[in-house]
Amino acid sequence: MEKNIIEVSHVAKRYGEIAAVEDANLSIRRGEIFSLIGHNGAGKSTLFKMMLGLLQPDRGSIRIRGKKIAGSEFRQIRRHIGYLPENVVFYDHLSGLETLRFLGALKGADLNECMPLLRQAGLERAAHRPVRGYSKGMRQRLGFAQALLGDPELLFLDEPTTGLDPAGIREFYSFLQQLRERNVTIILSSHNLAQIQDHVDRIALMKLGNIVTTGSVQQLREQLDLPLEFQVTLQSEGKSRLRDTLSTFPDSEVRFSNATAHIRCNRKQKMALLTTLTSLPGVDDITIQEPSLEDLFLGYVPPPRPVGQPPGRC
Amino acid sequence: MAMCPLLAQWGNLRDGADMSLELKQIGVIAQKEFWDRIRNRWVVAVTAIFIFFALVIAYFGASQQGVVGFSSIELTIASLVSLAIYLVPLIALILGYDAIVGERERGSLDLILALPVTRLELLLGKYIGLSAALTFSTVAGFGLVGLFLSYQINLESLTRYAGFMFSTVLMGMAFLSLSLLISVFANNKTIASGTAIALWFFYVLIYDLILLGILVVTEGQLGGDLFPYLLLLNPADIFRILNIFSLEQVKTLYGLATVFPEALANPWLLSTAMLFWVVAPLGLAYWKFK
Repeated sequence: MEKNIIEVSHVAKRYGEIAAVEDANLSIRRGEIFSLIGHNGAGKSTLFKMMLGLLQPDRGSIRIRGKKIAGSEFRQIRRHIGYLPENVVFYDHLSGLETLRFLGALKGADLNECMPLLRQAGLERAAHRPVRGYSKGMRQRLGFAQALLGDPELLFLDEPTTGLDPAGIREFYSFLQQLRERNVTIILSSHNLAQIQDHVDRIALMKLGNIVTTGSVQQLREQLDLPLEFQVTLQSEGKSRLRDTLSTFPDSEVRFSNATAHIRCNRKQKMALLTTLTSLPGVDDITIQEPSLEDLFLGYVPPPRPVGQPPGRC
Repeated sequence: MAMCPLLAQWGNLRDGADMSLELKQIGVIAQKEFWDRIRNRWVVAVTAIFIFFALVIAYFGASQQGVVGFSSIELTIASLVSLAIYLVPLIALILGYDAIVGERERGSLDLILALPVTRLELLLGKYIGLSAALTFSTVAGFGLVGLFLSYQINLESLTRYAGFMFSTVLMGMAFLSLSLLISVFANNKTIASGTAIALWFFYVLIYDLILLGILVVTEGQLGGDLFPYLLLLNPADIFRILNIFSLEQVKTLYGLATVFPEALANPWLLSTAMLFWVVAPLGLAYWKFK
């Protein structure tokens, strides 16, 4: 069995004058949770649609399980792909169960699995109600249930937690982990970086139609080398001692708020600073905060400068 | 899984789109489209419209001449032809204009096309399902009236009535095919509905007037010989000719019969021309949709 389930090679797609995807290269491993992140218009949706075979690339190739995403061979592969589009829309007059039966019949899935899937999605009691009466969250759950039809080995989820309440979001990610344990490959696109950072194995960061970088959150942290933040809870006499100690760490910056010191320092100094702080009298507690995925994202893809602001250090 | 081997082979030869055809996929989509029209009472409403108008025409069609009641099957069919020419194309165009553009605008098209369904299967499934709904309404509506009249007419007249129903179905399918073409080409539902109505105006109200106008203005110098062939470019005219030429009693009432050559009035030829109007727009729609 090949290690990579998806291979994207030099893929480009233009809409008239606009290059939606310029030159994308990507390998997605079997059984991983992979996320595509980027600003609006970065090319995520276009790449998503090309991987699903909904759009043909102008250049380059995409292979799923080693097969091209065109022709009759891809039809067989599609039976094992689940897709939850962003803002999923169903036929309002059909009930949840009828919706799954219709989509399941087209997918060649066992229709007996429709009711268990609805149960799993928490929609058992609404199974026979027309979808028009479903809330946004219920529609999203139904969308996720339909993506699971036919026991897929590859799932494409576009903004999957839109409309879900906090309990639903937790439930969703816990189920995603279960799927990963069953070797299901999950590709998700989301703007909610805080939500996904603890749940994905690897990330591809897109900017203006290009993949800027790929790797695990930790790898991206190391690549970008953003400063860490130490949060140190101090006793009353600790403040001046800490200032004196930090003078030996020239790259560090400190800011105080009440009894807490927020120290930003270089990743390379992490262990040395930690050792120093733990031996410093007057320190009650130490928390180390790694840069969040949002910090990484903004590090790789800085927001556009306001008009009139000169280039330079922020 | 039923698959056309030739089409499958063609699919393998091509590098691009999947050209293979799975009948099961077409069936699933067609079934949904048909049952949707049953559930939302579209079929019942259209059947009721056909029954109502057909009965009114059958019994009051000759009231201008001071006669009320069923007169003859030929005159009844002639009146029903006039009714069907206005009603059936309009119903067919309204039925199909949003079949594809509606799915695209709603956002459900991507969901369907991400499944193992080709665009051709989707288009054919939609067309067959909608055709089935239209055919069901037409046959039920006009059929019930035919049944009602059957005690007053003989077998030959009944066959003519069946021929009228068959040609009505064909005309409906031709306009449905045109409506799917509109649905594929239109960017949104508003444009699609406007184009559908414009097409109805053009084919049902304007086309013949333009042809006749040209003939009258040029005193038959321009397009005189072409005229019968130009009529074949309008499915509503094919339907009219198909029915008029089979009815001796009413043939002379229509000026059309005098300019249309007997040889071209062959029912098989006209039915083939109508079939062309079913297949050609659908083929063009697929080409664009692909």
